Amino acid sequence: MTDTAIRPDSSGLTLMTKVDMKTFQTTEKSTWCAGCGDFGILASIKQALVGLNLAPHQVMFFSGIGCGSKLPHYMHVSALNTIHGRALPVATGFKLANHNMKVVAITGDGDGYGIGMGHLAHTMRRNPDITHIVENNQVYGLTKGQYSPTSGHGYISTTSPEGSIEVSVNPLALGMAMGASFLARSFSSDPKHLASMIMKAMTHKGYALVDVLQPCVTYNHVNTNEWYKSRVYKVEDLPNYDPTNRQMAYERAQEWGDRIPMGVIYADTDRPTYEDQVPLLQRGTLLELSEKAMRKDYDYESLKNEYM
Amino acid sequence: MSRTNDMTIKLGGEAGQGVESSGAGFLKAMVRGGLYCYGLQDYQSRIRGGHNYYQIRVSSKPLFSWSSDVHVLMAFDDESLYAHPQEIVPGGAIIFDEGLKYDKSRVEAGHTKMMPVPLYKLALEIGGDKVMANTVALGVTSGITGYDFEKMADVIRQNFRRKGEKVIAANLGVAEAGYRYGLDNFAADFEFKLEAIPNAPKRMALHAHQAFCMGALAAGCRFNSAYPMTPGTSVIEWMTAKANKFDVLTKQTEDELSAILMAIGAAQAGMRALTNTSGGGFSLMVEALGLAGMTEIPLVIVDAQRGGPSTGLPTKTEQSDLAFVTSAGHGEFPRAVLAPGSVQEAFEAGWRAFNLAEKYQMPVLVLTDMMLSTSIETLDLEQIDFSKVEIDRGDMVSNAELDALADSWAYKRHAVTDSGVSPRALPGHPNSVYITTGDEHSPDGLITEDPATRVAQMEKRMRKMESALATTIKPLLYGPTEADVTVIGWGSTYGAIRQAVDAMNTAGESVNFLHYVDVWPFPVQETEEAFAKMKFSICIEQNFTGQFARLLRAETGLRANAQVLRYDGHPYTEEDAVAFIRRAVAEKDKPYNVIRYQVPVNSGNRQGYAPSNGHSNGAHSSGTSQGQINNNNLSTNSTASLYDLKEEVKA
Repeated sequence: MTDTAIRPDSSGLTLMTKVDMKTFQTTEKSTWCAGCGDFGILASIKQALVGLNLAPHQVMFFSGIGCGSKLPHYMHVSALNTIHGRALPVATGFKLANHNMKVVAITGDGDGYGIGMGHLAHTMRRNPDITHIVENNQVYGLTKGQYSPTSGHGYISTTSPEGSIEVSVNPLALGMAMGASFLARSFSSDPKHLASMIMKAMTHKGYALVDVLQPCVTYNHVNTNEWYKSRVYKVEDLPNYDPTNRQMAYERAQEWGDRIPMGVIYADTDRPTYEDQVPLLQRGTLLELSEKAMRKDYDYESLKNEYM
Repeated sequence: MSRTNDMTIKLGGEAGQGVESSGAGFLKAMVRGGLYCYGLQDYQSRIRGGHNYYQIRVSSKPLFSWSSDVHVLMAFDDESLYAHPQEIVPGGAIIFDEGLKYDKSRVEAGHTKMMPVPLYKLALEIGGDKVMANTVALGVTSGITGYDFEKMADVIRQNFRRKGEKVIAANLGVAEAGYRYGLDNFAADFEFKLEAIPNAPKRMALHAHQAFCMGALAAGCRFNSAYPMTPGTSVIEWMTAKANKFDVLTKQTEDELSAILMAIGAAQAGMRALTNTSGGGFSLMVEALGLAGMTEIPLVIVDAQRGGPSTGLPTKTEQSDLAFVTSAGHGEFPRAVLAPGSVQEAFEAGWRAFNLAEKYQMPVLVLTDMMLSTSIETLDLEQIDFSKVEIDRGDMVSNAELDALADSWAYKRHAVTDSGVSPRALPGHPNSVYITTGDEHSPDGLITEDPATRVAQMEKRMRKMESALATTIKPLLYGPTEADVTVIGWGSTYGAIRQAVDAMNTAGESVNFLHYVDVWPFPVQETEEAFAKMKFSICIEQNFTGQFARLLRAETGLRANAQVLRYDGHPYTEEDAVAFIRRAVAEKDKPYNVIRYQVPVNSGNRQGYAPSNGHSNGAHSSGTSQGQINNNNLSTNSTASLYDLKEEVKA
């Protein structure tokens, strides 16, 4: 028999006293185009981890497939780069098994709002303590420029030469409808704001969506950096904006066009997480509890009784 | 045939009439009397109406399969009367409500004893509820067979213990009224009897999914995610029922994609994770299966097969996912496929699967099916042996080993090794910081397209198959070591073939049986050795294309001399297996003969049940010519070129 008591050593969590930007630095070269919004997102994520003083082993990243989903390869963290659209359920399974680790999922708009839409909606209503960062550039980049679920109506691309016929997905309004407990939006060219949104999302207990607007300099020539810059505003600058007020949040979530709201659109801090509502997990992480099973310390023989 | 402790009791009725639950209760009463029972359930994909039946074969010897012969039929609706009369042996009985209106010409074959009983009247008068008519009928069965009423009373007391004394008393009352009625009116004229065996040891009556789950639980599985799909659902339902006592987390997901993905996430964290489904759900899981293969995340998946394709036959049995699961997924990656054939083998598969998955860091598929996952076998207590359960998590990096590493960059998740197994570290330790990905990757888990790295990683992963082959179960030979005829089977056909082989050897024929439990990686060497000793081989399967025979041929170049195939949704009976083996032997001259089960025409039976040939003329002969066999052998018709590769044989 091998060492059956193997598990992540939570005492190790205190080994590293201070983290800085260098902690997360790798030598891996990115595949992103010059000017890609992903650079700003990567920097902001690192900034948020530094701000929260989280060491690389304390956070587990999950990503899907797409240019942006390669992001965990470019920083020194624990990560599982999954398949297209499927980061959220993998992240949820991990969180249920080891809720001591912070869990962050990173997907693109095609990934998170298109092929992964089913998982998105159900994760929102499930409310696991996961931060979900969506790199939303309104186009498919890695497959070279097709329209995405957030592309505007009429968006012209290689697969929509006469303009996209569908209306675009509104992730924030969807989140309101599906019972998401935290909804925020930011912009890759405002790294300070983005870092603060990620920190707030990671501090929030429950599913937290950060919809990050970003340009795709190579394929999206409509929703450019300038396009976003001239439209975005911060809800925190609005007089009396209260993100815990569902009515106000619904109103802002619907807003898209000449003015695009950023900031914490909605936050329900009272809603318990999925893990909080599993009585078993109140006694420890499932992984810790399973050590007893690995020691075979249960009365299995009693299972036979009901069949006699 | 013995007249005592060797019979089949069948209950037929609509969905919602409690056919299965009352049948299971009666089965338990007989097991407590020291008898071996085999319970077969057959239902339709509906909650009310339709035709369901529950069939209990009883013997003083261990049973692994059902039989075509029925001795007592309890018919709770006219449909049950019409569907089964041809199965009833001479001297057998039909118990039904005296008020039931039916077409006599379709039911009474002359040799059957018709036993009208005031089932509903007794239920209403004594129990106060018509719903207890089932219990009255079971009482009648107890009465006519002379079976100890106390055994039945015990089970009633236990089954209703939570419902209070009043309910217990009512049920005992109706059961006893039925018992008296049977004893007084019909027992003297009924020749088949049941007798409890004094001081028999305690035994269990359970099905393969219950046993599988017991094995999985004992192996330390504490995470089970699934989306409901018949017949796989009973796995997560069982795990959920045991969750509180055994600290299990189960999660019903939005779909099967999420079910396997959550299991992958939990496994990456370090859990022994399980997901369960049926073929349709497994189709959805395939993309994630490749992810587990590529990222080397251990995982156990139960595919409880049912009739396919598409929605297929949702509540009927088939063995048609073998070719699919052994190759499912784009690209190539290691996996193991286990196909337990009995309740005991299912228990062992339950714990072995997790060891295989973790030792070789790959997905392990367990193939069960509708029949196996609902049919009750009687087991001695020692057959579920928890002391034999081993937990072998394979090559894992301990905390001390991680502490000893130079820094958080030192650990390589996909290090290239001779065995192909890279020591696994769980995320969370300061020196266990790594990424892994479904993209091809370097030893440290980073995306790469470098040809040399690709080749090294591909070969490393596939080497695990060779390593795994050292620990899988090799084909088991049942019966005499040398025989004139060898039957080859895999998975759930085990019971019927085993019983057929016993019956034939008893009858003076020379037959043995090569049974495959672990079908992938394919045990090439053992198969070649076994084939060297075979004189005439017959591969019996429950699918159209002979998937195992194809696998056998692809992996070894060897062919069975004949194939028997069935895909009507119903499992082989012992008698079917005997008849098919004899037919294949009789047609020895036909090279690579393919024999297909054919549903009898004009049998008056919509269930596709195979009646004894002799019944239509009233001359029942047990165990000889049962099971309708297609006389128009497909090897001579137009589809033969696809599935009967006769013309290429001679080389």
